[in-house]
This record gives sequence, structure tokens and C-alpha cells, in this order.
Amino acid sequence: MAILEVSDLKQYFYLKPDFLAKFAGGKEARIIKAVDGVSFSMETGEILGIAGESGCGKSTACLAVAKLREPTGGAILYKDRNITKMSKKEIRNYRREVQLIFQDPYESLNPRHTVFDLVAEPLRALTDKSKATIKERTMETIEMAGLQPDEYKSRYPHQMSGGERQRVGIAQALVLEPKLVIADEPLSMLDVSIRAGILDLIRDMSKQMNFSCIYVSHDLSILANISDRLMIMYLGRIMEMGATRDIITEPRHPYARALIAAIPIPDPAYKRPIPEIKGEVAQPIDPPPGCRFQTRCLQVMDICRNTEPPLKELKPGHFVACHLY
Amino acid sequence: MILDIQNLKTYYQTEKGAVKANDDITLSIDKNEVVGLAGESGCGKSTLIRTIMRLVPKSAQVTARKMTFKGQDILSMPDKEFREKILWRGISMVPQSAMNALNPVYRVGDQCIEAIQAHTDYNKAKCVEIVEGLFDAVGLQAGMMKAYPHEFSGGMRQRSMIAMSLVLNPALVIMDEPTTGLDVLVQERILRNLKEIRQKAESSASILLITHDISVIAEMSDRIGIMYAGRLMETAESMELFNEPYHPYTLGLKNAFPSIKALDRELISIPGSPPDLLGDLPGCLFAFRCPFAIPECETTRPPDMEVKPGHFVHCIRTDHIEEFRKRAGDKKTWQSSKSAI
Repeated sequence: MAILEVSDLKQYFYLKPDFLAKFAGGKEARIIKAVDGVSFSMETGEILGIAGESGCGKSTACLAVAKLREPTGGAILYKDRNITKMSKKEIRNYRREVQLIFQDPYESLNPRHTVFDLVAEPLRALTDKSKATIKERTMETIEMAGLQPDEYKSRYPHQMSGGERQRVGIAQALVLEPKLVIADEPLSMLDVSIRAGILDLIRDMSKQMNFSCIYVSHDLSILANISDRLMIMYLGRIMEMGATRDIITEPRHPYARALIAAIPIPDPAYKRPIPEIKGEVAQPIDPPPGCRFQTRCLQVMDICRNTEPPLKELKPGHFVACHLY
Repeated sequence: MILDIQNLKTYYQTEKGAVKANDDITLSIDKNEVVGLAGESGCGKSTLIRTIMRLVPKSAQVTARKMTFKGQDILSMPDKEFREKILWRGISMVPQSAMNALNPVYRVGDQCIEAIQAHTDYNKAKCVEIVEGLFDAVGLQAGMMKAYPHEFSGGMRQRSMIAMSLVLNPALVIMDEPTTGLDVLVQERILRNLKEIRQKAESSASILLITHDISVIAEMSDRIGIMYAGRLMETAESMELFNEPYHPYTLGLKNAFPSIKALDRELISIPGSPPDLLGDLPGCLFAFRCPFAIPECETTRPPDMEVKPGHFVHCIRTDHIEEFRKRAGDKKTWQSSKSAI
């Protein structure tokens, strides 16, 4: 059963016309289309990876799903209920069931709280469980996150390494037994040697607790490792979406192809192909009609300049937004 | 040999004692060579370049058996002479977070020209010519010289920093995390620019590349050094280091690093975290995380063993390497180390 169904999600930001433009004759406000018509659905227990360069809208889309920002348009259905139209009580429940794992474990933990308090906080805030239950559940979760509860419960964030802190961050997210976890670059601040442990933790917990996970990263090597399905975004739109292995081994969209060709491989014998792409990432401000990728695509055709390519299903579950197909 | 460092020690004095940020580093860089140094945060890789560039605080205690650049002793050289003869002309540097290293109120081209004028008596026209040539080499249009840093994207700023480091045609360029924080396509372009520049005969700078990203190191380097807790654990030719690693830490890093070309390989992390560099630990600093450690490892400091010509390993158990390599691919092996969670 689909736990989450996002359809035609739009998140626009309006730029105030700058002083000079106003002076010259009141130019209209410009629009940043950070997310512009994104649709996807997620199954229970599935890990969906969202990849793309900075500014592609991957984090913005997550904020909307986490209900931390009201989307400009579109619908986000969680268990068939539109989250923008939920009652207060439903919202409270939604906040319990949808949790976030943050990027920076150095900044996201309150330095004045012990590990126990940090992990117990969501239970205290969002449930009416008894003190004893909260204690039990908190200790359990700390242990699940791979930390010895008795050793760590009274530690403060500054007494822990980055990896340990991120485990606390994960414990905070999991203590409420969420149904959907959104992890936004949870590894980018951590050293390579311990990343695999955190990845395993997220994956194992997702299986064990049967939650779905949106994993956002710009690092495709990591996404290739953890996600079941992959979604590649460019300037607010989905370029390609499908099973991770299909996309990594046989990307279809010219952008996905370039992105994957650019990934360095930890093998000195490997000769990486030159990615077929030109120019640099544009801003998603007042995008031109047609395909978002037209300015950088080497296979651009006339139709790309005036018609936005729809997301076509090339084979079951594999979608590409490109006029080549 | 361009740079020759033997037994370099950089200790930071603190109230609690000396922090041994670099402890017995022996490293050399040949003409035209790219040497990559990889390691986790806090392993001392940035301290090493700061020591070479004399950017460590005065309180830091720097000693070495030998530290020469093109045969000149750069350890005892007076500051003034170092600045005039070595900096920029001999060794230049692309600093970490080069994105923010440009002065926001000067045009990028002028900042490059300033670097030339500070070290030579070239006239303006000649300076402009040099910078134009380098902008072209890193894929920036000559017109961009007139732009201010805020008009540049992160990748363009990084490329202009690389151009700036090359203005005086130095024999060695030190790059500290040159692509960290950049998107993968931008990173790819910068790495490609670097390769192209190196292929051109006139600028045959050696490069000391420092990053935590082993894939970038693998792609760029001729020789690789793996640093850990202030020490150089293993140095070898790139191919050899990847195909026949000798140090358990190198084996661990290889396991931990994801690759899209090996989707079925299970990633294995190294349990524990690096030791505190404060104080005197007698043995190998990796022993606490090493699944192959024996009691002797914690008490005996390993010598730099030359296991093959040019392949140095900081480990006393290299004679068991065949067995280690076999066992390193198994996740259970790593869970058996002392600091396993």
C-alpha cells in the first residue's frame, strides 16, 4: 500500500523586485520555482533516494512532505489523507509518524541536554506515556541506535564523536516508531570510515521497524548503496525515477547519464568517461518554456525548447522526462 | 625530487600537553608527480600543509630530520627568504574552502594580478596576459577577470583560485580539499581542468592533493599516502595501494568506501573513532580499531617498513597480510576489534 502519495507538488518563492527594477517601471515579482510539479509515491518499508545538484529542490520537496512549509500547490497524501487539510489532531499524529534525520549532528543536538533527554524529548512532547514507559522506550532506542545505553545516557553532545552524535539524531527520529523517516544528507558531515555503520543502521531499522525512508543526498555512490528506488531531480522537476540499479547501470535521461558519468570511482585503473553536458546549473528563476535541462543538454531538439516533457513510463516503474523517449 | 620531508613532527603545545598533529611524517614528491593524501578529519593532513606553508601558529613546535624544497632547506630558512623565494614562486596553495578565499570587494582578475605583482616586477600587460592564459586553461573566459567573486558560482571561484595558484608557474601546488562541497558535475569539471593543465608541457607543477574523498584521490594521484592520527600509515603507487594494500586501516577504508561500480559489495565501517592526539600512546594508534591487532601493537611503535620498493607501511604485522586481506572483506572481522560497538 502506498503510504505517501505526492502529486504535482509545487513550491514557489516570490522574489521582491529589486530597487532599481522598481524604479525603472515596477517590474513584476520574479518567481523561484524550487519544486515545480513533482509527483511520486512511496510504499511501506521502501527507501527512496532523491539525488540532484544543489538547488534542484530535493530538500525543499522534503520540507513540504515533512509539513514544515506549506506547498504552493499540489497534494501530499499520507495514508490517503491530504496533509494540507488535516485537523489539528491529525497533524499531531502526522508529526509523530513522520520524523526527520538532520544533516549536521554537531548543530542539531541541544548542547545542554544529555543523550537520555535528547532521545526522550519527542516522547514527552508528543505522547502521553508514563515516565516509566518513556524511560524504558528511550533506553531501548539508544541501544537500537548502536550506543550502550548505560554508558551514553548521561553524556552531553560535546562528549561524543560525530558518528555517535548522528546515532543520537537517529535515535531521536526512531523513538516515536515513525512510519516515514526523512533523512537529508545524514552522512555528509561524517568521516568515510564510519559512514557505512550509519547507513546500515538506517537500512536495518527501516526493515526491522518497517518504516519508509526518503533519503536525500547529492552523493550517488551512497544512494546507490542504500535506496531501493532513485529519483533524480533537476531545477525543481523529476528527470528520471526508477529502481536504483536500473538508473545507476543504465541511466536514460541525458542529465542522469551525465551525473552518473561524473561520479569518481575509488579505483585508479578506472577511466571515467567525460560527462556529456555543457554549462553550469541555472537558477530556477522564471524557467524558460520547455525542458528545464535544455540549456545544458547536448541532444537538445526543437521540441525541447517549447514543450515540457512529461514523465513517461518506459518500463514498469521506470519513468523518464525526456523527448528522446 | 621537488619536496623531501623526513621525520617531520608538528606538535601543538596546549595546557594539557602536546597534541601530536604530525608525528614522524616522511613524504617526498617528485617532479611532475601528483601525490594524494587521504585521511579522516583530525588526521593531521591539513596540519601537514600548514607546516609546509609555514601557516602553523608560532607556538607549534616543528622539527624534522630533513625538509627540503628543490634541495633548499625550508625548515630553517628565515621567514623573509621563504616568502620571497618559495611562496607562490616555488610552492603555492589552493586553500580549503577556496570558495570563500577571494576578497569580495576586488575583481577576481585583479586579485590574481596582485599575486604576480607581489612577487615579480612584471608590468601590468604581462600580468594580464598570464592571468588570461590561466583563466583559459581552467575554462573561464578572459572577460571573467573583470567580475567580482559574488558573480561567480562556487565552481568558478574554485577554478579561479586554481588559476591564481598557477600564476607564477610554481613547481609544487598544494591543494587542500579542492572539490569538497561542490556538486559532482562541477567537481568533475575541475578535476578534468587539472588534468588538462598538467598535460600541457609548460606547466609541469607537481601537486600535493589533500582530501578525504578516496575516489578523487584514486582518479588524480600517481602516488597515495594514507594518514591516520597524525601518522602516515601507508604510502605507495596508486595502483599498488589499491590492488595490494598492506595496512589494515587501508583495507578498512577500502571496505567503507562506496562505489557505483560495485553495487553488490557490502560496505563495512571501521568501528570506533580516532584516538585523542594528546599525550603519549606508545604503540600503533590504529591498534584500538584494528581487528588484527596483537598486544604488541599497543606497546610497540611500528617502524615504516618498506614492503616493496617505494611502498611503505606503518605496521608490525605486514608478514600476515595475505591472511588480513582475506579476512578484511568479512564484516564479522571488523566487529571483533576492541572498539567495536
